[in-house]
Amino acid sequence: MTQWIDVCAAGDIDEEDVLRFDRDGKTFALYRSPDNKYYATDGLCTHEQVHLADGLVMDHIIECPKHNGRFDYRTGAAKGAPVCVDLKTYPVKVEAGRVLLQVG
Amino acid sequence: MTAVFEAAPAKRDYSLVGRDAEHALQLGLASAEWYKCDIPRARLKQLVKRKDGPAIRDTLIWGLSFLVTGGLAAWLYPGWWSIPFVVAYGVLYGSSTDSRWHECGHGTAFRTQWMNDAVYHVACFMIMREPTVWRWSHSRHHTDTVIVGRDPEIAIMRPADMVKIASLFLAIPQTWATIKKLFLHASGKLDPEEVTFIPEMERHKIFGIARIWLAIHAAVMLAALYLGSWLPVLLIGPLPTMYGAWLHVLTGLTQHGGLAEDVLDHRLNSRTVHLNPLLRFLYWNMNYHVEHHMFPMVPYHALPALHAEIKDDLPPPCRSLRAAYREILPAVWRQRSEPGYHLVRTLPKRAAKVAAE
Repeated sequence: MTQWIDVCAAGDIDEEDVLRFDRDGKTFALYRSPDNKYYATDGLCTHEQVHLADGLVMDHIIECPKHNGRFDYRTGAAKGAPVCVDLKTYPVKVEAGRVLLQVG
Repeated sequence: MTAVFEAAPAKRDYSLVGRDAEHALQLGLASAEWYKCDIPRARLKQLVKRKDGPAIRDTLIWGLSFLVTGGLAAWLYPGWWSIPFVVAYGVLYGSSTDSRWHECGHGTAFRTQWMNDAVYHVACFMIMREPTVWRWSHSRHHTDTVIVGRDPEIAIMRPADMVKIASLFLAIPQTWATIKKLFLHASGKLDPEEVTFIPEMERHKIFGIARIWLAIHAAVMLAALYLGSWLPVLLIGPLPTMYGAWLHVLTGLTQHGGLAEDVLDHRLNSRTVHLNPLLRFLYWNMNYHVEHHMFPMVPYHALPALHAEIKDDLPPPCRSLRAAYREILPAVWRQRSEPGYHLVRTLPKRAAKVAAE
């Protein structure tokens, strides 16, 4: 069953930045893009299981802090070696100044 | 300052498919958690910020240097006065390409990705490192830095073989290995070690590039035969890779030479060395090697600032290349007969406490 989870206040994530969110043993990465939209993906890089929240957000790209693998966080698409497997993405919405993540 | 420590000598197996590879997995040394210096996220975000400007400027100077040295070498060839220009061209071709390969492989030199890719491929060709193979081997080097049986880029294996180390300065083993691999890859095959770190979906690129490279090398040799001159092979191909390699080996061996194996702290197995501005230009600041390994997202032009930020949590850097070799050479010499011997870094008190915890 899908559910919306309250993650944080919208202002808790800087523009062009990422935030880690853990729940039920799973880790997610929430992004705020330069055009002020919010996105979410799995929190670990598909290459070596490194936390993407420690990485760099550049435009719509998240770069893994360990090997510089890059994903488009809007679609989860891997952008080339050393990442070859796409990230799973999750729906996100902002309501009353809160960021909500849909999991399930 | 360094101290020395003598561990029990052991014959190590540096192969990625051998006994020590299994051992590293059992000990939890593979894909492990590594020590990181504390740095506020806001400051780190400033340091990792990508720019095109510095790398475009440096690449224009670099390209111009090739034109000047290569042009004068060709113009004065075969006179004696061509020799200094051939030597300078060789250093650009066989040594400065090491850092361009490295930084652009990480994708951090330029903000614009195609620029990283373009310089990466040119540098790979010159230093004779197959682009796909080395992208993956370097990725493993960062995951498992100097972990025996896991890291494919350990330059000085123990017991140290001084003849082999000396031959690195003329790129003899590297070039010979690449030539053999190019024929293997052009035939559509990988060696068993490469299979351990290159995913299947990437392998077709290796085979295609090997064929293109062999065709280019063949064309250069045909041009030399047609012109009846050594000049083409002196300026393009394995020869400049070899006669120009000495400087990148000289700087490269300082990265991990003589330091510990199988530790999960880059301060103990990597070395930062202060270099003069010319060497830092040619080496693109890779002398800040502890910093680079700890924070590989930081571009080369921000490494001095990163060093200033975390230096209190690092062992003191070597003050010069000479100072680095003053500790490396005796250690490696001793490793000929005592493979367990290595240099031990003295960590700052605060850092040592955190590491112990």
